[in-house]
Amino acid sequence: MKAIYKIALAVTVSAGLASCFDTREPNYQYMPNMYESAGYETYSESNAFANGKEGQLPATGSIKRGFVPYEIPNTPEGYEASKANPVPAEAGAYDEAKAKELFTIYCAICHGDKGDGKGNLAKREKFAGVPDYKARQITVGSVFHVETYGLNMMGSHANQLTQAERWQVAQYVMQLKGQ
Amino acid sequence: MPKILSIIIYNMKKVGNHTSISRILLFCLAVSLTFSLPSFAQDAPAAAPAAAAPAAEAAAPAAAGDPVKGKELFNANCASCHKLDAASTGPKLRGVAEKHDKQWLYKWIHNSSEMIKSGDAAAVKLFNENNKVTMTAFPQLSEADIDNILAYTSAPAPVVENKPGPVASASGSGVSETIILGALILVLAVLIVMLVLVNRTLKRVAAANGVVVPVKEPGVSVWKAYAKNQFLVLVTAILLLLASSYYLYGWLMQVGVDQNYQPVQPIHFSHKIHAGDNGIDCKYCHSAARVSKNSGIPSLNVCMNCHKNIAEFAGDKDSVYDHSKEFYTGEIKKLYTAVGWDGATQKYTGKTAPVKWVRIHNLPDFVYFNHSQHVSVAGVECQKCHGPVETFEVMKQFSPLTMGWCVNCHRETDVKVEGNAYYTKIHDELAKKFGKQKLTAADMGATECGKCHY
Repeated sequence: MKAIYKIALAVTVSAGLASCFDTREPNYQYMPNMYESAGYETYSESNAFANGKEGQLPATGSIKRGFVPYEIPNTPEGYEASKANPVPAEAGAYDEAKAKELFTIYCAICHGDKGDGKGNLAKREKFAGVPDYKARQITVGSVFHVETYGLNMMGSHANQLTQAERWQVAQYVMQLKGQ
Repeated sequence: MPKILSIIIYNMKKVGNHTSISRILLFCLAVSLTFSLPSFAQDAPAAAPAAAAPAAEAAAPAAAGDPVKGKELFNANCASCHKLDAASTGPKLRGVAEKHDKQWLYKWIHNSSEMIKSGDAAAVKLFNENNKVTMTAFPQLSEADIDNILAYTSAPAPVVENKPGPVASASGSGVSETIILGALILVLAVLIVMLVLVNRTLKRVAAANGVVVPVKEPGVSVWKAYAKNQFLVLVTAILLLLASSYYLYGWLMQVGVDQNYQPVQPIHFSHKIHAGDNGIDCKYCHSAARVSKNSGIPSLNVCMNCHKNIAEFAGDKDSVYDHSKEFYTGEIKKLYTAVGWDGATQKYTGKTAPVKWVRIHNLPDFVYFNHSQHVSVAGVECQKCHGPVETFEVMKQFSPLTMGWCVNCHRETDVKVEGNAYYTKIHDELAKKFGKQKLTAADMGATECGKCHY
């Protein structure tokens, strides 16, 4: 009978210990001020600004270093106008391996590895009507335009890819179209 | 917990009597049941999906078109802007053939902007109703093609059966956990009762067979004998000290380590669905990991790249989900509220609310870590440090992120020098110095304090 008491004790103790361990709360720390610094942390709440956020938008009209303004507007006319755009010099030399890598991350999930519109999301019917590049009248300039602004169901990828990277991907898209 | 249990089992062995082994076995069974039950519960397949049956075919087509061909054409040409039953970039198309005259539709599809320019009243009205977005002209579609498409759009909407959610395994994780716990307690209670009964039966059998259980003669109690033996007391004291300092050390070492930290996020984001089932690359959303120190919390416009189109959770019949369809759709609605998206008008309202994500991985300020160096230069897989995130329904910290953990990897992993011009010279020199071709990060000074602490 004693063994039963021991089993009961073991169960109680281990259940007690297990319940003390809550993965939803962070662990305690030796020197919390080394982790929670006095300076503003990225994305944190802060009363330093009127909207209560640490992350602020840059002042209107400011551009980052090396940024080249893209002046064609996001309109149907702009889309037509973009078709005449050549690859600018600041896009750098075409690096197929790099462009393919970026295409695989950002485009192939819908457009497919071969650009045939049969990416995983299209196959799983999350997105319908993803076109085959070969069936569309596109140029390197219009591909860049669409990457920058998005088109129809496709969103803008300007915040995931830099301008130079978008030109690289646009050239890779044209390469896939040509195959 | 297993550690403690094994110690208890060991102690029981020392106490020892004739039923102890069977008891240990039963106890082990109980323990294994304890751990295997939840996994059984998870393996239980969700109710077979019986999503909307394609009732479309049964219905008579509105015109002499073929709805099956129409569906193909619709998906290839129209679906990027139009949905059958919901507004998208363009209006919903189910029943469009009843709204307009057929000849008018042919003209519209072949060249809508021409019609708007010519001042066709219906065309101008439609244009103004839909955010003044010009529809792409489709001169390549023949009238027969359009008939097929119209036959497809005229098919009646499939009846959505109101069965319990096809993907719901349980109404909520909280409830199922309680049920599992209750079941476990029940199982344990039954086991205890069984033990008592078995013991009683054995005694009865022993009595019936005339087996006399030897009665212990009262002698000096074990404890008194033990207390008198100073050597034993000393050894026990040393062992206890060693054991307690071992556990104390272990306990002190885990302070500040947030391994397995799994906070509740304001919007339930399932990495399992996004990265696992749908196979979206980690770097699609965490694009900053390629080029910056931080991997970045994806901003909501990245979510909207897909969720502008995906307003409802559809699920996949081959996958098992932890929550119900309604729950996941509700989480998408939370995203819409935060980003200020109005699905009905397909426009941003401008009313946004920040999402207060809870940060999981947080290195202290006194250590430098750079994602791009590891992701882009070294080519380390995200999973190496973050674990199999594509299987996590709820994100958690996989690795301890301690210094020992960092340094260990720097000692063991060979640096990827091939195809990296930066390393050409340094590799040649170091290879000569150490007399080996493969170099670890530690060989290149990655274990120096100043590399990460400065």
